[in-house]
Amino acid sequence: MSFLWSNFGQVWNLTLSHVWLSALPIVIGFVISLPIGWVANRYRLTRAALLTIGGILYAIPSLPLFFAMPALIGTQILSPLNVIVALSIYALALMVRTTADALASVPGDVLQSATAVGFSAWRRFWTVELPLAGPVLLAGLRVVSVSTVSLVSVGALLGVPNLGQLFTAGLNGYYPEEVAVGIVMIMLLALVFDLILVGVGRLLMPWTSADRRARRLSRRAAMRAVTGA
Amino acid sequence: MTDILAAFGWIFDPVNWAGASGIPTRIGEHILYSLLTLLLACAIALPIGFAIGHSGRFRGLAVGLSGALRALPTLGLVVYLALITTNLSIGPPLIALTILAIPPVLAGAYSGLESVDRAPIDAARAIGMTGWQVFTKVELPLALPLVIGGIRSGALQVIATWTVAAILPVGGLGRFLIDGIAIQNYPEMLGGSIIVIVLALVSDGLFALAQKLVVPRGVTAGRVRDTTEGEARHSGRASAPEGAPTT
Repeated sequence: MSFLWSNFGQVWNLTLSHVWLSALPIVIGFVISLPIGWVANRYRLTRAALLTIGGILYAIPSLPLFFAMPALIGTQILSPLNVIVALSIYALALMVRTTADALASVPGDVLQSATAVGFSAWRRFWTVELPLAGPVLLAGLRVVSVSTVSLVSVGALLGVPNLGQLFTAGLNGYYPEEVAVGIVMIMLLALVFDLILVGVGRLLMPWTSADRRARRLSRRAAMRAVTGA
Repeated sequence: MTDILAAFGWIFDPVNWAGASGIPTRIGEHILYSLLTLLLACAIALPIGFAIGHSGRFRGLAVGLSGALRALPTLGLVVYLALITTNLSIGPPLIALTILAIPPVLAGAYSGLESVDRAPIDAARAIGMTGWQVFTKVELPLALPLVIGGIRSGALQVIATWTVAAILPVGGLGRFLIDGIAIQNYPEMLGGSIIVIVLALVSDGLFALAQKLVVPRGVTAGRVRDTTEGEARHSGRASAPEGAPTT
């Protein structure tokens, strides 16, 4: 632990940039996935096309995608935008499928009831569909969150500052303790992100902890996100 | 656009195709490392996953462990193992990447077995099959598409992480990326990246094909496909093997 205490300032700064580099892609991927997932769920043709594109994007290895970013969006190789945009693409690729599944999990008779009592399509989406799709969305977001926090560290190979720099610096200086601190900090960060997501979920959807159907659906969504099946 | 042209110029430059650090050698190394890692991961994860899926025990433990392993940063684990063993050969990254490939393979194995409908299993028992026969002749064939799905995710991850492991002095396509950044040669980095991406997509396509081919004849519901209905269940009628009594 001596490394952590003598370099606390540096580790703290790297942690802060790690938080930004992880949080932005998670939020961006989630927000963009809502309209795209809605379209994917709405029409059978777009569903097949969008899910296939998502699957292909998700299959692209992370480090090569980081390296391809300057050629695709015209950034410098050291720019944090490479990591943010690439990880947003992964988050989006995974969340489009989850969002489509989540919206499909909303029972049809509930939607018809909402229409019958006079909800407009817009209002029905925000007040009925989205809240009921919430548990499955949350399950997908938790998978995205864990893998994003872990993948940001690969960005250190491009020279983008984050906790992954403890790995490259630890290797160059033959200092395993520095590497261990990086691993522990990243896992702690992933845990904190997960607790925040679960907490927000409890606040926004207080009914889910008692709802067994919602729990089963979110377990299945998490499994699909992991195995890709 | 000029970057991409330069990268393809690098890929098709004959100079980069010759010798022990040429493109064919690196591709060969990358495939060899990846296959070895995947085989090790399968040897460990498949039996455990089948046991969990067959018995239904220790499921919570496997899910929790897989989640925790997913949070483990690859780069950190690779570097840490190399440093504490003071070994810069392919041994430490091989161990690290095998550990990280276990969760997807394990998840595919037990969720595949769990997805098999009870009716054909009960029918198989009723006609006198032993536990082992039920597993090899009924459960495994029906679960195979999902099991291969797990190996498919594992393969993608292994191909991706061997690229990252090139931070250590090992071979494989990651060399072009890591060495390219050291000498600020962007065409080399991008060219290497394009080859890795193609390799990953080809592997993914082959596994997707295998998933379709292993579906037993007569089975439609066992196939991995998108169910538009969130609540859709496998119907006993559709997932029973051909010729089996249907309900």
